[in-house]
Amino acid sequence: MSVLSLIEVSEGKIKKASYEAAYYASKVAESLGTDAVAVVLGTSSSDELSNLGNYGIKKVLHANDARFDTFDSRAHTKAIADAANASGAAVVVLSFGPNGKLLGPRLSVRLKAGYVPGANELPAFTGNDLHVTRNVFSGKAKASYLTSTEKKIIAVSPNSLSPVKVAGTATVEAFASSVTDADFTTVTKSVDKVVGQVPLTEADIVVSAGRGLKGPENWGMIEELARDLGAATACSRPVSDVDWRPHHEHVGQTGITIKPNLYIAIGISGAIQHLAGVNQSKVIVVINTDPEAPFFKAADYGIVGDAFQVVPALIAEVKKFKSAVH
Amino acid sequence: MKILVPISKVPDTTSKIAFTDNNTKFSTDNVQFIMNPTDEWYALTRALELKEKIGGEVVAINVGLAENEQIIRKALAIGADSAVRVDLDPTDAYQVAVEIAEHAKSGGYDIIITGKETIDYNSYEVGGMIAEALGWNAVALVSKLEVEGTKALATRDIEGGTETLEVHLPVVICATKDLAAARIPNMKGIMSARTKPLAVVAPSGAAKLTSIASYTLPEKEKQVKMISPDNVGELVRLLHEEAKVI
Ligand SMILES: Cc1cc2nc3c(=O)[nH]c(=O)nc-3n(C[C@H](O)[C@H](O)[C@H](O)COP(=O)(O)OP(=O)(O)OC[C@H]3O[C@@H](n4cnc5c(N)ncnc54)[C@H](O)[C@@H]3O)c2cc1C
Ligand SMILES: Nc1ncnc2c1ncn2[C@@H]1O[C@H](COP(=O)(O)O)[C@@H](O)[C@H]1O
Repeated sequence: MSVLSLIEVSEGKIKKASYEAAYYASKVAESLGTDAVAVVLGTSSSDELSNLGNYGIKKVLHANDARFDTFDSRAHTKAIADAANASGAAVVVLSFGPNGKLLGPRLSVRLKAGYVPGANELPAFTGNDLHVTRNVFSGKAKASYLTSTEKKIIAVSPNSLSPVKVAGTATVEAFASSVTDADFTTVTKSVDKVVGQVPLTEADIVVSAGRGLKGPENWGMIEELARDLGAATACSRPVSDVDWRPHHEHVGQTGITIKPNLYIAIGISGAIQHLAGVNQSKVIVVINTDPEAPFFKAADYGIVGDAFQVVPALIAEVKKFKSAVH
Repeated sequence: MKILVPISKVPDTTSKIAFTDNNTKFSTDNVQFIMNPTDEWYALTRALELKEKIGGEVVAINVGLAENEQIIRKALAIGADSAVRVDLDPTDAYQVAVEIAEHAKSGGYDIIITGKETIDYNSYEVGGMIAEALGWNAVALVSKLEVEGTKALATRDIEGGTETLEVHLPVVICATKDLAAARIPNMKGIMSARTKPLAVVAPSGAAKLTSIASYTLPEKEKQVKMISPDNVGELVRLLHEEAKVI
């Protein structure tokens, strides 16, 4: 028996969210009294992958095969299912990211395994039953999922637990799956990545602004604050609708859902559709001129004030703080 | 081009969330149900746009009881040619996906376009499960979709950006925002929806793989700590010392 985690690599490097999946898998393995194994599809080095030992992984099955560098959900699923069978996995853990959102459901069907998407906590086992909690209704409630299938699959919601590093190196073994050339039918035509910035979905801190900023020319201070905090930037929907900011920054019910440690909302009213995308953030700061803005009800810290005064002051304080600690 | 669009029924975002039966059932009291926004605005509308461009047929499918016919008629009013309802109250995504795949097997479809997730369970499951059950390729979080001959070009979200993938038909596409411009049903659509075919089929009866044992609501509303705009340094201190997030 084992617990298998899918570790995703991008340009050879392990994705941040995958470290969390590795750690989660090692914790599940611990509670089942077995070993945590990882499967990696695509080009990477043994040096990079043996680091997974620091997250509790004992063995890495590595298909060091460039064909996997293009995401083909069908081919990837087949290979991961092979790894699950080869390692006798009782539980497969992956990250609830863009790829995991297709791989989890596909694996569920392929392995006839109960699948819990976006788990927020570690699971509990009673006999063959697995219980695990996840957020539902856009974070307005939690549901405890139960599955009793022989194999189980869990997709971990990013930023659900903070990995604690341990000393250790994982052994890296070459892994050959049953995937053949005919299985790879996807071709990457182009990639359009924001460079030099923290990707929004992976950011620990997000600085977000809304219509209260009046116009796109006022985003300089938002970007500066984000840079000083090592944060990503986001915005409300009306702001991206009128092209003040790019569409990929739009968070909320119709945009993306994020779960950073810190979300700073500036000049955003806090409509329920906006909150749906951000209310799972650990700490929320709201800066708004209107003391009645609904966002204050969802906030941990609030400042009633004009963004054009508060944000420059905040930038100065953050710079002071950063130079004091570093 | 024959396109299948799975549509789901969800509580409106502004609904009050409450549970009954010892917190094991979602309370539908005073809840207004709507078609899942991504299904309506993006999946269905892009299917109609593709049909208008290259010809073909758009079929809407829902797995649910007769009360769901209200949203199915809406899909017909927006422009779907016909609809199918699988007469089953599903208890997990697997059951939904198996029923849709069963229908698709004999349907001669080129593309199935689902929404990315439903706004109630936010689970992103059904699309991928349908694809695997059919052995088709799939692309999720798709904000742009073009079809050229037997190939599709799909732009999907990735960490920190997008990428465009070329895939062969048949394929499952899970729609996200911007895939199409939402349409409002007009009078003619609403009238014609009444007479468009809506087939009710019996479920194949797949067993579920998961269940929800219970629900919990958050303990209480957060207590916000207010800080004076003249003392922004205090916020930085609290974020560092109290919240420990910077
Ligand atoms: C079906 C549906 C889906 C939706 N999906 C989304 C979604 O995904 N994401 C989303 O964000 N919205 C979404 N919306 C829109 C949402 O309902 C709100 O309209 C939107 O979030 C408001 O954006 P805002 O807060 O930037 O603007 P406003 O509501 O106009 O708020 C601006 C705020 O700025 C404050 N302000 C003004 N001047 C200043 C200043 N100088 N300093 C500080 N504060 C100032 C004001 O007091 C106000 O609170 C959706 C709506 C619907 C109907
Ligand atoms: N009961 C259902 N009937 C038809 N389609 C559904 C149903 N439930 C979900 N779907 C489709 O699957 C997508 C993803 O839903 P989910 O996996 O439940 O988050 C939705 O956007 C719909 O397109």
